[in-house]
Amino acid sequence: MSSVRVLVGTRKGAFVLESDAKREKWDVSGPHFAGWEIYHVKGSPVDPNRIYASQSSGWFGQLIQRSDDGGKTWAPMDNKFVYEGVPGTHQWYDGTPHPWEFKRVWHLEPSLTEADTVFAGVEDAALFKSTDGGKSWAELSGLRGHGTGPKWQPGAGGMCLHTIVLDKSDPGRMYIAISAAGAFRTDDGGVTWKPINQGLRSQYIPDPKAEVGHCVHRIAMHPSRPNTLFMQKHWDVMRSDDAGDMWQEVSGNLPTDFGFVIDVHAHEPETIYVVPIKSDSEHFPIDGKLQVYRSRTGGNEWEALTKGLPQSDCYVNVLRDAMAVDKLDQCGVYFGTTGGQVYASSNAGDSWAPIVRDLPAVLSVEVQTLP
Amino acid sequence: MIRVELPAHLRNLAGIQGELQLDLAGPVTIRAVLDELERRYPMLAGTMRDHVTLKRRDFLRFFACEEDWSHESHDKPLPEAIAQGRETLIILGAIAGG
Repeated sequence: MSSVRVLVGTRKGAFVLESDAKREKWDVSGPHFAGWEIYHVKGSPVDPNRIYASQSSGWFGQLIQRSDDGGKTWAPMDNKFVYEGVPGTHQWYDGTPHPWEFKRVWHLEPSLTEADTVFAGVEDAALFKSTDGGKSWAELSGLRGHGTGPKWQPGAGGMCLHTIVLDKSDPGRMYIAISAAGAFRTDDGGVTWKPINQGLRSQYIPDPKAEVGHCVHRIAMHPSRPNTLFMQKHWDVMRSDDAGDMWQEVSGNLPTDFGFVIDVHAHEPETIYVVPIKSDSEHFPIDGKLQVYRSRTGGNEWEALTKGLPQSDCYVNVLRDAMAVDKLDQCGVYFGTTGGQVYASSNAGDSWAPIVRDLPAVLSVEVQTLP
Repeated sequence: MIRVELPAHLRNLAGIQGELQLDLAGPVTIRAVLDELERRYPMLAGTMRDHVTLKRRDFLRFFACEEDWSHESHDKPLPEAIAQGRETLIILGAIAGG
């Protein structure tokens, strides 16, 4: 019988939540790495027992942990992330040049085909790759060095490469997103990159239609439609049907199109989810009502999903890596909040229930669907 | 033999119980202590000083014989009481954050 394993990264440790396919009763283990910030935990699609975790601390820096037994035990891997060549400068918040400095790993994306290959998106923004299960890391420096790097600048959370999307139909193609530079695509396995930000419009930057400088919060793709991308930008929910060459706004009837997460139903490529957040300065739901919005039309037409979610006095945020879906027949949707709740829906969002209510602030949520 | 005390998080990471005892061949300096710590416990590399610049991490402090050695050269010989193991070199995380 199938089961699901939810991997949760929080401000003070990692947690592993497991259930059978009914998704009603959950076993909770953790905190793993208690006291450390766990930005992201993600399992290999090739070997579900292989899980990578990004562990960091303002005191002690970055660590990469790896489990080969489904999260029961862990071992530290290499934590040496060194930019290739002379790092150069990007823009600081005030527009002045600022040297590239490694701070932490925001996102780990295991390869779709090799259990020992994993990509790491880091702050200050760059992409690293390991082909030995995290024992060593090398920068894919064509991204940072492709030409627009000196124009990138940090968002409020830092200048982070937070999204890595792999295309199983084309091993050479990969998408990444950086706050606040925008989205980029490679078609040659990470050697060369191009900005893919046409159609984005960001009022908060000097040139709202600039080639780079957009604060992209998250990109999602359904594996069966690799040319269709969905984006939650700082403001605006966007869609591209040509692999990011051009974007169209699909915010439609959303009550606010600010937010962080976006994800796609496991079996319906035109069904997408967002969690609208009031504004860039008020990072909580409108009127204290936590609502997931679902579109079954790939955007523009949205419905509020509220059953089981708090509809008063709720002022949490849902951060960019904190939503995921499982692949069971009845698609499960999961998200975590800065208030420490992890909500799950076993019916594609129609109703919700908390798996846990009182974790540290949730930074990331990933789901493994196990045979 | 010298004695070293690490912050709790680093002890947990390296699987160290209590105070550490290290034997150093050459002069007893902060650099020699850190080199030996990272040799014996490779997972500690990068947690106390930067991999490349070898600069002390900002929120880490070194104390020897009740004196702050955080800003001293890593090549300066530590006090004799540390070198002889009568006092403990304390590596401490700054009190900051939540």
